[in-house]
Amino acid sequence: MKVLLSWLREFAPIEGDPAALAEHLSDLGTAVEKLDVLGRNLDGVVVARVLATRPHPNADKVQLVDVDAGDGEALQIVCGAFNMAPGDLVPLATVGTVMPDGMEIGRRKVRGEWSNGMLCSAAELGLGEDHEGILILPADLPVGAPLAEAMGIEHDVLFDLEVNPNRPDAMSVAGVARDLAARLGVPFALPEPAVEEVPAELLKDVTVEVEAPDLCGRFSARVLRGVTVGPSDPAIARRLTLMGMRPINSLVDVSNYVMLELGQPNHPYDLAKLRGRGLRVRRARPGETLVTLDDVERTFTGDDLLICDAEDRPVGIAGVMGGAETEIDESTTDVLVEMAWFLPISVAKTARRLRLRTEASARFEKGTDPEIIDLAQRRLAELVAASGARLEQGGVDVRGELPERAPVRVRTGRLNRLLGTRLTAEEVARLLDPIGFTTRVVGEDAEVTIPSWRYDSATEIDVVEEVARHYGYSRIGRTVPRPPHPGRLDARQRERRRLRSLLVGRGLSEAMPLPFLAPGDLERCGLPGDGIEITNPLVAEESVLRTSLLPGLVKALATNAARRNTGVGLWEIGHVFRRWPEGTAGPGTELPDEREMLAVALGGRDATEAVREWYAIAELLSLQDATLRNGPVPGLHPTRSARVLAASGEELGAVGEVDPAVLEAHGIGERVGWIELDLDAVARLPRAERRYRPVSVYPSSDIDLAFEVDEDVPAADVERVLREAAGDRLASLRLFDVYRGPGIAEGRRSLAFALRLDAPDHTLTDEEVAGVRQRCIEAVESALPASLRG
Amino acid sequence: MTDESPHPAAGDDLIAEIGRLEGEGRDRLAAAATLDELRAAETAVVGKRSPLTGLRRRLGALDPEGRRTVGKALNAALEALEAVAEERRAELAAEARRRQLEAERLDLTEVTPGRPAGHLHLVTQAIEELEDVFVGMGFTVAEGPEIETEWHNFGALNFPPDHPARDEYDTLYVGWGERGSTLLRTHTSPVQVRVMTGSPPPYYCVMPGRVFRSDTADATHMPVFHQIEGLVVDRDITFADLAGTIDAFTKAYFGGDFTSRLRASYFPFTEPSAEFDIQRPDGTWLELGGCGMVHPNVLANCGLDPDEWQGFAFGFGIDRLAIARHGVDDLRDLFTNDIRFLTQF
Repeated sequence: MKVLLSWLREFAPIEGDPAALAEHLSDLGTAVEKLDVLGRNLDGVVVARVLATRPHPNADKVQLVDVDAGDGEALQIVCGAFNMAPGDLVPLATVGTVMPDGMEIGRRKVRGEWSNGMLCSAAELGLGEDHEGILILPADLPVGAPLAEAMGIEHDVLFDLEVNPNRPDAMSVAGVARDLAARLGVPFALPEPAVEEVPAELLKDVTVEVEAPDLCGRFSARVLRGVTVGPSDPAIARRLTLMGMRPINSLVDVSNYVMLELGQPNHPYDLAKLRGRGLRVRRARPGETLVTLDDVERTFTGDDLLICDAEDRPVGIAGVMGGAETEIDESTTDVLVEMAWFLPISVAKTARRLRLRTEASARFEKGTDPEIIDLAQRRLAELVAASGARLEQGGVDVRGELPERAPVRVRTGRLNRLLGTRLTAEEVARLLDPIGFTTRVVGEDAEVTIPSWRYDSATEIDVVEEVARHYGYSRIGRTVPRPPHPGRLDARQRERRRLRSLLVGRGLSEAMPLPFLAPGDLERCGLPGDGIEITNPLVAEESVLRTSLLPGLVKALATNAARRNTGVGLWEIGHVFRRWPEGTAGPGTELPDEREMLAVALGGRDATEAVREWYAIAELLSLQDATLRNGPVPGLHPTRSARVLAASGEELGAVGEVDPAVLEAHGIGERVGWIELDLDAVARLPRAERRYRPVSVYPSSDIDLAFEVDEDVPAADVERVLREAAGDRLASLRLFDVYRGPGIAEGRRSLAFALRLDAPDHTLTDEEVAGVRQRCIEAVESALPASLRG
Repeated sequence: MTDESPHPAAGDDLIAEIGRLEGEGRDRLAAAATLDELRAAETAVVGKRSPLTGLRRRLGALDPEGRRTVGKALNAALEALEAVAEERRAELAAEARRRQLEAERLDLTEVTPGRPAGHLHLVTQAIEELEDVFVGMGFTVAEGPEIETEWHNFGALNFPPDHPARDEYDTLYVGWGERGSTLLRTHTSPVQVRVMTGSPPPYYCVMPGRVFRSDTADATHMPVFHQIEGLVVDRDITFADLAGTIDAFTKAYFGGDFTSRLRASYFPFTEPSAEFDIQRPDGTWLELGGCGMVHPNVLANCGLDPDEWQGFAFGFGIDRLAIARHGVDDLRDLFTNDIRFLTQF
């Protein structure tokens, strides 16, 4: 929403430095996104008439434009825009002009042709956003006149405001003026239009039927007779131009002007083109169509509200846009002016569905002021009176369902308890009255009537916000609450941090792939293609949610490989999203099975290295009881992978190497070690308490035992049997050698273990050591297809 | 001269002999160039079979007086030579150590890194730092799922159905349950709802996390990014507490010479609502995030009596903050996972 300072001043004597005013506006919740001081730095820019346009002989992207800068001579300009035609008035920065951005205009050759100045866009002059084309000026300006003078833009300020959904009042110049005047403590008034009304004639035939009073809270129609449609009053055209609207004709411009000024969108119908001289407001029939002002055919559903003529043909979309057929043109003389209040949510839905957001819909969506209509009708009539139009007395005014506006009880104690202030009811009243929240002090509290222009407000807390806004957020003190408990991370969060530190310490960097996959990504990683889909993805590449961290990390390694970064070790802790097993129901299943996982991808390192990393992780997470069970895992190397099982048998994850087929499909030419761990499952595990085993001060004894073991017996099984057999005496156990080859039978390998034995209270005797050794050998040989190597 | 000293001349000879042998011994010991040579010289000079020690056998031929005198001289010479040997041994040992150390000389700048340490992602670093600041201020850290119900993400947070405010969130919906019932959370605010419905007040917590919007990736937008949100609900928490907490955070995270301000704004789940800006020491402003007093409807939706419990919430994006600190100017770099990017932070 743009507002001009000069326009604000028509409602309140607003004075002050533009930057300070901008601060106030921002503080009040209407953030100033851009502030332009107009009329400065425009010295040297004049109104010029386009005489002719010609192609540049040596360039396609610029053309030659001959202009008259006021002396009747043709002046050649090289111009990069093509939006002007002979006869148009345009701003010319003459040679020597210093532009607002500091650039000085010189006479210079462009591809061999002289350019004697520069034609300017609105943006170049600081008059608007448009930098695409040259600013086409209102046709009635005197050629050769300084632009600032001709446009009447000397010493004005243009504020571009961001208006939030809770500020429907700020969608009008008058509303912004009211709020700012209240902040500055200056009086605000809406001037009463000076308009003479003539006895009704045409009005007698006009009919209005509102068939949807739930969606149309008020519908006013008044007749303007004897309109002459022509060029606008230059003052109006200038303001519309500055506000970013293109002047069209005297009637349409006034219609827009009233909308900007008072926030009341309105629609003038050419009475001569309006069949039956009547309007009906009704819901659309599904499939019904209308060609709107922008010449696009729109199709409706039963939720859309239409304005129809007396013969029930659609002539406009309520609150959004009018139809092309009843548009005002140069021949129009009698006009029916519609001003209405439509239910915000209804307009919002229609505008959203049609993707047709207009100045009108933006206002209706936030909620317009149903009580501004009478004034707005007269204001519109006042502004077109100059072109001969006369407002007929009376009008048709149909009221539907408008929001109830019961007074709100505001408890001063509650207000102060929320804000941390000590305001009295009287002080509250003094803050609210200037913005139209009329307040009656009742004991210690206030009874507040919310003004008709604040559709957003209805409850005590809404009023508290208004009080805070106008008291000033910066005047409210600053205190720091004292939490009753000390702050800290919980056990799982602390463990997650330790895990991150471990991984980083082992030379692995954290990656952060997007959790979105393309269809087929899971299958390319050897995983089931059962990812949950996004129903409204922007692109297919981001339409499936990951069920595993594998695709993301493999892609990350592939990206690195393509950039000649090999041997990269990455990890990620992130969420995956899975379907519950068939038949699962009950609490929790309204959402998918979402888990936090850890995955590690070791570029250029194989499964054995992955297992080494796994042991470090297992140690950190107190997962000493977890075991590896060899066997195929989807996505992993079929003969170099193992599942991680908790002592209970619950599956916690997998360790191994990424399947070579998966790597090949991703263009990765090195082995990739892999670890994936379900951190949610780990968090649920009963953790082995770390009980102290006294450190023996007596010398320990070492024994080495090598067994020939069948290939299909995991080393882990031998180790488990040894641990059990060695019992309390075992201080440590380590598999230190694996040997295959001469001396070992085919299908077997030798596993050599080093056992260190001790006792807390004495030095082990040779007999005790021999006893443990014998127990170990017997246990392994009897439990497993294994024999001690002689 | 008396008869009591029958071989006075022999005693004198021996003294002279001792003096000569001691002189030769000193020379020999001093000449030893290695510890091995020193050991040989020691044996030769003061060993059991050395000429000097051999003189002891000739003491018996002397009278008691001569025996005492010569014996004393002999012992003194042996002790002196042993001291010389000891001194020489120390010299040679030092020399050998010096040569050994010299032989071990390394140019430590020739050494290249083995496996360098890994790096924490820039966003994780920022999240941990923010968490630490808030933990220091007495907050705990809460988390929640990334796929949420429509109710947690919108309904409970006072977004009426079909409300235009929902449009601003460019929501990605998920094919789960009834159409439109499940979505990728558009902000971390549903965690507020989970905190408030999960345990009784008071609450002093922050909620960092990943959020999603239907946005095309470019230098300043990503469909996935991170936010941190704070929630404080107790019996007497005021707007002044909000402003003070924002300011305390600003100083703790950015530095003591940064300040903050609140500007009126609008969010469905807070009222009064505000934007909060951070002023840098050079006077420029950074628009950081949104905040406000938790809307009574939100409290009520979460089963709390708004006349009994009240509080504030605030939130802001993390990713842009994280990259701005290091001069990264494209958000997409955060998610490309190029190791040359990851290892710079």
